Amino acid sequence: MKTLIEVNNLSYSIGTQKILNDISLTIERGCIIGLLGPSGAGKTTLVNILTKQVKPEKGTVDILEKNVVSGIMMDCFGLYERLTVLDNLEIFADIYKVPHARIDALLNKVELADAKKTNVCNLSKGMRNRVNFCRALLKEVDILYLDEPTSGLDPATTNKIHALIEEERKRGTAIFLTTHNMHEAESLCDSIILLNEGNIIEQGVPRKLCMKYNIENTVAVTLKNGETCMLPNSRESADAFFEMMKNEKIVSIHSSEPDLEKVFLYLTGRSLAE
Amino acid sequence: MNNVMIIMKKQRKDTLKNIAVLIQFIMFPLLGIIMTNAMKNANMPKNFFADLFAVMYIGMAPLTSVLAIISEEKEKNTLRVLMMADVTPAQYLSGIGLYVFLACMLGEIVFCCLLEGVTGMNRVFFLCIAAVGILASMLLGAAIGIGSRNQIEATSIGMPVMMIFSFLPMLSMFNDKIAKLAKITYSEQIRFLISNLENSGSCASHVAVIIMNMVLFGAIFFRKCRIVFTK
Repeated sequence: MKTLIEVNNLSYSIGTQKILNDISLTIERGCIIGLLGPSGAGKTTLVNILTKQVKPEKGTVDILEKNVVSGIMMDCFGLYERLTVLDNLEIFADIYKVPHARIDALLNKVELADAKKTNVCNLSKGMRNRVNFCRALLKEVDILYLDEPTSGLDPATTNKIHALIEEERKRGTAIFLTTHNMHEAESLCDSIILLNEGNIIEQGVPRKLCMKYNIENTVAVTLKNGETCMLPNSRESADAFFEMMKNEKIVSIHSSEPDLEKVFLYLTGRSLAE
Repeated sequence: MNNVMIIMKKQRKDTLKNIAVLIQFIMFPLLGIIMTNAMKNANMPKNFFADLFAVMYIGMAPLTSVLAIISEEKEKNTLRVLMMADVTPAQYLSGIGLYVFLACMLGEIVFCCLLEGVTGMNRVFFLCIAAVGILASMLLGAAIGIGSRNQIEATSIGMPVMMIFSFLPMLSMFNDKIAKLAKITYSEQIRFLISNLENSGSCASHVAVIIMNMVLFGAIFFRKCRIVFTK
C-alpha cells in the first residue's frame, strides 16, 4: 500500500491541557484507518489538524503525493436547512467545479434520489447523514475523513453507510474514520489506533490486537443443558473436551479472545463508551 | 462561476425561504409606499415618510440581515463547511455583502421613486448617500455577526445597536438633546443629507462624521475577522 499521509510527533494543547501528545501515524491508499477513543480523547482535534482546520503546536503532517484531494464528513452536518438536498449539493458542486450530473449519481447511490427536492429541515438524521456523505464524495477524493459517520443511526442506515465506505476503499481511497463504535472499527478497519487522553496507546490490525491481548486464553464451550463453561485453551483441557464430545454434550465451541472494548478497558481502565 | 457568485446565489435561494431576513428587506419600503400614499397632509414636511423610512431602512435592514446571516452560518456550522471547501473568508463576506447591498439598494430605489419634487441629479445623490449608509451598517452588522458565537448572542448585541442607529434620527426630530447626541451617528448625518437634497450647502461636516463612523466600524470589522478567521 502506498503511503499518502505521514504524521510525525504531533502535539496540541489548549492552555495547560494537553489534547494530543506526540502522535505519529501513516495513512495509506485503499486502507481504512479507525481512530477509536472515548469522548474527549482527542479524535476530533486530530481530524481537525489533519484537515488543516487547526494548526498543530508541534509536529508535522506530510502529504506525500501531489494534488491530494480530501473529502470531509464532519459529525456536525453543516447543511442549509431551508434549502433542498439538491440545492445544498449544487452549492458545493459549483464550488468544486463538479458537473451537476454527479449529484444525481451520488444521490442514487445513497438512495436519496426521491428526496432531492425535500428541504433538509424535513429530513431524518440518517438521511442528513447520507446527504453529508454525498457532499464529502462530490469530488473524486484521495482521502476521506469521516468523523463518527454512523453516530446515532439505525442499523439499516449504518449498513448503507458502511457499504459506501467499502466501495470507496475499493476505489483506492484512503479512509480515516473516527468512531467510538468498536464493532464498526472491527468490521470495517484495516488498522486501528486506540487514543486515550491524547496519547496513542495501541495500534494495529483489529484482529491481531484482540489476539495480542487474549491474556485469559480460554475457550467458551456451550453445552446442551444451556450451561457455558470456560476452559483454558491448553493441553490440560483436552481430556475434558474429549469427554464432553464423546457424550455429545457440546452445542458450540468459541475462542474467547477480547473485543476492542475489552482491549481498551485492559489498557486504560476506561470504557470506550465513556 | 466564482465563489462570490456561488455564495450570492445560495443566499438568494435561502432568503426567499427565510422570512426573518426577507421581512428586513421589504418591510420599510412597503411601509414607505403605504404611508406616503395614505397620509397626504399639507402640514407635513415634503417627502416626510420616504425620508424617514429610507434612513430607518439604512440603519436597520443591512445591519440585522448581515448579522443574522453570518451568525446563523456560524451557529449551524455551514460557515465552517464552506471554509473547508476552500471558500476564503474574503469570498464569503464579499458574496454575502454584495447580496445584502444589492437587496438593500433595491429598497432604496423604492424610496427614491417615492420622492416628489426632486431632480434627477438629486435622486442619484440620494442613492449614493444611501449606498454609503448601507455599507456602514453592513460593516457593523458583519462585525457583530462574526464576533458572536451564535444567533442569540448576535441578536442581543445587534438589537440595541440597530435601535440606536435606526431610531435616533427619528427621535432627534422631536428632541434637541437627542439631536445633539445623534449628530455623532452616521444615520443622523444621512437623514440630514437626504432631507436636504434640494438645499445647496456644504455637506463636508456631515460626510466627515459618516467617514469617521465607517473607519470605526471598519476597524472593529477587521479586528473581528482577524480573530475569528485566523484561529
